[in-house]
Amino acid sequence: MKKTGPVEIVKPKDLTEAVEYVREGGMPLAGGTDAFVRIRKGFWNPPFLVYIGELPELKGIEIRAGGAEVGAAVTHAELLRSELSQRLPIFKLVLEKLGAPAIREMGTIGGNVANASPAGDSLIPLYLLEAQVNLVGPDGERSIPIEEFILGPGKTALQKGELIVSFWIPFPEGNPRAYFHKVGRRRALYIAVLSLGALVWLEGEVIREARLALGAVAPTVVRPRKVEGKLRGRRLSREDLEPLCAKLFAATRPIADVRGPDWYRREVAGKLLLGLLRLREI
Amino acid sequence: MRIKFILNGREVEVETHPGRRLLDLLREDLGLTGTKEGCGEGECGACTVLVDGKPRLSCLTAAIQVEGKEVLTIEGLSQNGELHPIQRAFIEAAGVQCGFCTPGFIMAAYALLKENPDPTPEEVRAWLSGNLCRCTGYQQIVEAVLLAAEYIRGDAKTS
Repeated sequence: MKKTGPVEIVKPKDLTEAVEYVREGGMPLAGGTDAFVRIRKGFWNPPFLVYIGELPELKGIEIRAGGAEVGAAVTHAELLRSELSQRLPIFKLVLEKLGAPAIREMGTIGGNVANASPAGDSLIPLYLLEAQVNLVGPDGERSIPIEEFILGPGKTALQKGELIVSFWIPFPEGNPRAYFHKVGRRRALYIAVLSLGALVWLEGEVIREARLALGAVAPTVVRPRKVEGKLRGRRLSREDLEPLCAKLFAATRPIADVRGPDWYRREVAGKLLLGLLRLREI
Repeated sequence: MRIKFILNGREVEVETHPGRRLLDLLREDLGLTGTKEGCGEGECGACTVLVDGKPRLSCLTAAIQVEGKEVLTIEGLSQNGELHPIQRAFIEAAGVQCGFCTPGFIMAAYALLKENPDPTPEEVRAWLSGNLCRCTGYQQIVEAVLLAAEYIRGDAKTS
């Protein structure tokens, strides 16, 4: 049933109170770009929402030695404008393709991760940079790698009463090139049919190391580690990359949905690897 | 609950439900019907308003999310009975047909020109990617925003 009336929302005064409300069964609300849509369509029916979008403990980006801590309630636009996106251009490449300006001003990085959509754009840089998810709950704090946090579409390792507080983004060594390609059905405000992000460490034309992250081709974002390993030592050339396309294809487990058929996703996923050739021009 | 915020430069205090949509608060409780509801789910941009100077979709914003903030709607743009240069440019460049999407486009354009006073056509298109128009085909809208940018920079004749 379509729900158009107001939903019950509480605004905790601090993180401790937020955890208490969430433990009582409240659903965290940050930007609302997904939550309000799903609630109105009747897909979600939480007893009440806990508005954490402005909690100071969840805001801010702090650059430290070896990495940066990004608050869960930092919006995509704030991250896009930040010094961190200058330092780690993969964020810039991905976030400027996420939604549209208003959506980016509203939606938060923590919300995108908690939704655990395999098509969630901001997951791509977090997987590539091997981010840690910092959680707080009734039993205290813990920190787990993003790959262990996301369990499947809409499924995460969040325990009852737990909230995402921040993300720890370790700085990669050296100066990897960043790549992101998002395939969509139109050029504006689109959700990925599939996507490929990459960090590539080059020595001249030779790949020393590569990390890949595929979006929307499996129940979670995928790091195709076999392909990453095989990229090592190859040249950034069509002849060297083409044989690996089938391997990347094999790393996918796509579904067919409103945005595209499974066979299309599998076919295109392999081909996206050739997009890395564009890194030669930068 | 009572919620206080600044609306088009004036402080307002309303008795409302914290989960009331900002869109309904504006249109139904405060009588500002310039902000439109298109899709109601964040796809069309017709309900775009500015909150603390940044574009936001009022259909996906709860009243509690604007507490203590500055909200600017299409009604807040004209000054002393004079249309805002963006409004004028939309009329002159025929960036309006049925007009339903126009307030959303103008508010999005306002946010763009504040951040980037001299955008390229491509930047205008990218920025307006969250706003749908089913009449104009967008060309005139892009032209209107570029013209508005000229007006605001003062390098076009403001007759």
